[in-house]
Amino acid sequence: MKADSVRGVVRVAGNAYKPAGRFHFSSASTPIRNEQGELTGITNPREIIHIHSYGGEAVFFESLGKGKLLATRCDNAECESAGSVYLPFRIHCPDCLAKCAVIDLTGAARESARIHTFMITERVGAFNTLPTPIRFINVEFDGVCTILMSTLCVGEPEIGMRVAPVFNTEAPAHTILDLSWAPAGAREDELPEYFHFG
Amino acid sequence: MIKFSERQLRIPVIARPVYLVTGGMSRFDRAFPDRKTEELCVDALTEAAQFINLSPARLKRYIHSCYYGHFADHFGDQLLGEAVIHDRLGLDPLGNIGIKTGGATGGSTLWEAYKTVASGYSDCVLAMGWERMDEVPTDEGNHYISCAADKDWETPLGHIYTGYYAVMAQKYWQVFGREEASFRRTMAEIAVKNRGYAVHNPYAQGPLRITVEDVLNSPVVAYPLRALDCCLMSVGAAAAILADEKTAFEMTDDPLRIDVCAASHTLRTADRRAMEIPLLPNETPGQYDDLAERFPGAGRYPGFSSFLAARMAAYYAYGLTGITDPCEDLDLVELHDAFTISDIQSYEDLGIRPYGEGRDYVESGDCYHTNPHTGKPGRLPANLSGGLIGCMHAVGATGIMQVIELGHHLWNRWAEMHGAEYKWARFGRRKPEDWQDLQVAGAKRGMAVSHAGVGSHVTCAILQHPDHLLPGGSFR
Repeated sequence: MKADSVRGVVRVAGNAYKPAGRFHFSSASTPIRNEQGELTGITNPREIIHIHSYGGEAVFFESLGKGKLLATRCDNAECESAGSVYLPFRIHCPDCLAKCAVIDLTGAARESARIHTFMITERVGAFNTLPTPIRFINVEFDGVCTILMSTLCVGEPEIGMRVAPVFNTEAPAHTILDLSWAPAGAREDELPEYFHFG
Repeated sequence: MIKFSERQLRIPVIARPVYLVTGGMSRFDRAFPDRKTEELCVDALTEAAQFINLSPARLKRYIHSCYYGHFADHFGDQLLGEAVIHDRLGLDPLGNIGIKTGGATGGSTLWEAYKTVASGYSDCVLAMGWERMDEVPTDEGNHYISCAADKDWETPLGHIYTGYYAVMAQKYWQVFGREEASFRRTMAEIAVKNRGYAVHNPYAQGPLRITVEDVLNSPVVAYPLRALDCCLMSVGAAAAILADEKTAFEMTDDPLRIDVCAASHTLRTADRRAMEIPLLPNETPGQYDDLAERFPGAGRYPGFSSFLAARMAAYYAYGLTGITDPCEDLDLVELHDAFTISDIQSYEDLGIRPYGEGRDYVESGDCYHTNPHTGKPGRLPANLSGGLIGCMHAVGATGIMQVIELGHHLWNRWAEMHGAEYKWARFGRRKPEDWQDLQVAGAKRGMAVSHAGVGSHVTCAILQHPDHLLPGGSFR
């Protein structure tokens, strides 16, 4: 198979991108006409594959597929926010900008995660891959100063509900969608395909 | 608990006063298959010129630099769309720049234009905003809007920005609304009011004569929000001309003082850390000590129920202009009613009502042109344009439209600009037989609030008639 007939894939070698295959796909424009048949415009079809670096957050997304929930902590003793734990994972402390330490929050999340607020919606945008309705939840944890946005994949959400993290460890997409949550006490067989408690 | 430094909390100071000279708008609509964006921008600038009896060519001769608010390049599939418009308006060789702050883009455009005049760099500037949201279907549009959230942590979650906001609505609904049917009806009242005011506005895209029951029976978008609780998706343009005092009075006999302040908060709601409630001039220390007792679940400020950026934009703007109580010092407001519930949230952030009591602004009748309980003028009418729910939300134009609408009241020209038969005809709209003059009698001061999504950027623009400036404030 010729390289330019394959959808684009990328690897890194020597800290440089090495793309292979096709990264754009085009087709002909079509006219847009009004009731009188007059031309008012055209369609502009195209598909582009973007390349994106996770940078210092790569370890977070890699770990989801391994059943681990990582957070970060500012350990700069001179920072007024020293000791603050961040999830979403922040590469740098938002106050002193020192590089944060990476910590494993999986156990703490299982013990203290609860729903701060939630929303259920049938409406989604193009490219959504989550089943609808989506149950958005915002999760707070003991000892964490932020409130993580995610989804509940089992049951119906309520404010204050205890929840536990679940992970797509079988077929990870390496995105935030590899993380979801289930009510505390949910059974493994209730989880979506590919997801496990860790 | 995070704290801001004294320097961060310093009230802004400007080098010289700034005036709103004129403004103009295109028609707003869901789609314009027969018009390019530049045609809408020409409409807006031409109306601004005509408003002060100048030709567009003569008006352009005053302009020294240009500020263009256009949020979503990908909707129009055109990078440097601002340069396209600048070129079509024939404004070479003036310096120009594009401004993008989500839903607050229009307000931020005015903020940049304002600072340029205030600093002395330019004597007269153009602040123009537009949005082109009709060139992709709604699903793709929702995806594009969701790209304003964090692409790694939020956008993959449904590709639906409304969902990222709606979790905040749910928190407010449960904590401060207590999930009461009466609160739900109050939310609906806002939708009825704003769509009803839009009936009298020829520029407006979404006029509707509806009832509270219509809102409550409209389809659920994300409970408790229903379709009629939500703002419009729009196309259109708005333009404002700002100038220093000498230039402003050369151009017109009746310019208005304008001041604009801005503030921010985290792009991801997830990153919001707890803090003490920053107080506005009409609040007192200790006032909120028992807030969590009165409203269980309200103990974490701003949490997911308040907009820090709105509070801080008001803090800066009130300090700059001398506002001590918005209900006493202002005659009308144009608020960013993206959703009925966020409108209520903002009443509290802006100090129109204390935290936890936002609903009273509606229930008291204060927010109406005419208080439905007393038949007398509303104490602080809100969104007589129809707001984002009834008039439009062509993102880059919205904050500018709000200021122009306030200006029409302060200039006492609201009826002329909204009631003229030719305008209804030009826009292809039928003036209702029961058209109502919504001019706020004797209006001297107003405020427009421009707000991005979950509250990452908010601006407060204060308009004052120069003969009725408030005492105090840092601008003197």
